[in-house]
Amino acid sequence: MSRHRIRVTVNGASREAEVDARLLLVHFLRDVLHLTGTHVGCDTTHCGACTVLLDGAPVKSCTVLAVQADGREVMTVEGLEKDGKLHPVQEGFWEMHGLQCGYCTPGMVMAAVSLLEENPNPTEAEVREGLEGNLCRCTGYHNIVQAVLYAASTGSVKA
Amino acid sequence: MFPASFDYHAPGTLAEAVALLARHREEAKVLSGGQSLLPLMKLRLGQPGHLVDIGRIPGLEYVEERDGVLAIGGRTREAALERSELIRARYPLIADTAAVIADPLVRNLATVGGNLAHGDPANDHPAAMIALGAIVVATGPKGTREIAVDRLFTGLFSTALEPDEILTEIRVPTPPSGSGGAYRKLERKVGDFATAAAAVQLTLGAGGEIERVGIGLTNAGPTPVKAVDAERYLIGKRLDDGTVAEAARLAAEAARPTADRRGTVEYKREMARVLTARALRKAAERAKGGR
Repeated sequence: MSRHRIRVTVNGASREAEVDARLLLVHFLRDVLHLTGTHVGCDTTHCGACTVLLDGAPVKSCTVLAVQADGREVMTVEGLEKDGKLHPVQEGFWEMHGLQCGYCTPGMVMAAVSLLEENPNPTEAEVREGLEGNLCRCTGYHNIVQAVLYAASTGSVKA
Repeated sequence: MFPASFDYHAPGTLAEAVALLARHREEAKVLSGGQSLLPLMKLRLGQPGHLVDIGRIPGLEYVEERDGVLAIGGRTREAALERSELIRARYPLIADTAAVIADPLVRNLATVGGNLAHGDPANDHPAAMIALGAIVVATGPKGTREIAVDRLFTGLFSTALEPDEILTEIRVPTPPSGSGGAYRKLERKVGDFATAAAAVQLTLGAGGEIERVGIGLTNAGPTPVKAVDAERYLIGKRLDDGTVAEAARLAAEAARPTADRRGTVEYKREMARVLTARALRKAAERAKGGR
């Protein structure tokens, strides 16, 4: 079993640690860096609760090794708020009640942030397709979609 | 869940990667996008002693036409295929396929080479590449060699790749004018493997007769299926209700699905028939200039 010294930029800050080769990125974030906003849901690459941005692209962090993130940038839900102000997508989830139990929310939010960065004015269908990799077991999809459309309507997500 | 212990290697060049594979042989696996391999390792269905991560080797992600072929770098992400203007404009079968693999998050990491090299008959690219008549390039200690995709799959999760070879490129013949393709997949829910799926690539002559056709089936047996009888039947024919029905029937006969929670053998074979018919019609429509 090999161990590796890795350096990952997480939410803008450089973080270093020595990790087992088999440590998953989600456990690196939660157990090593104590960033518990990223959730472990199904743990089988289906649900998307563990979604983070890796070099800007949303990925399922339960299916990435921490060593694969060495030298790269990770953004988690903790990195969205700026100067005490919620990210427009977070604001959308607040305003449109885009959650029930909240378990899928961090992953939904990260996937939505990426979706809007690529397509700042999506149709409802495009939002639904863009969030295909994120499951909500409360089946609260309607309000989640409304939340993303709300965020888009603020026009404050930079493309 | 987490994988059993292993040694991780992140070579910076293809030569180093191949040397590592040659040293560890059956003990080693290539880590590309990791979207099939890591779940399998977490479930302890596989416990390789060494992972050779090709993620840090430059020059393995590209989509370009050259010398009469479309060349796709082995580590090209599915998301890159989906977004490629070239793929969308000229290779609708590949565009169809990339868009229905797993889900958008998985497609940001999953790679075309991995989808093929994994040897899973439930994966989507194998059938599509069979229909397109693609070849893959394997890079090993002695250099590179080409393998026709329809000879790549030797058994369930087994391929003609040697333990010290890496699938570095996929080459698809550039389609002549009058060509079209389509992939039609039935899945119980987004992200699931296909209950059944059919890939069709065809070229129509001036009179509308079929000059060339390739048909591949997903999840229709231990290896991806090339529907040879259906292909042979169609050459020289025009597509109408009768010829589509007969070709679809022949394709379904080539299917050897197994019963599981996605359906019975009879159901899956019937779906292979229906989806082949739909893919044939769509491919012909596109060959005539439709979208």
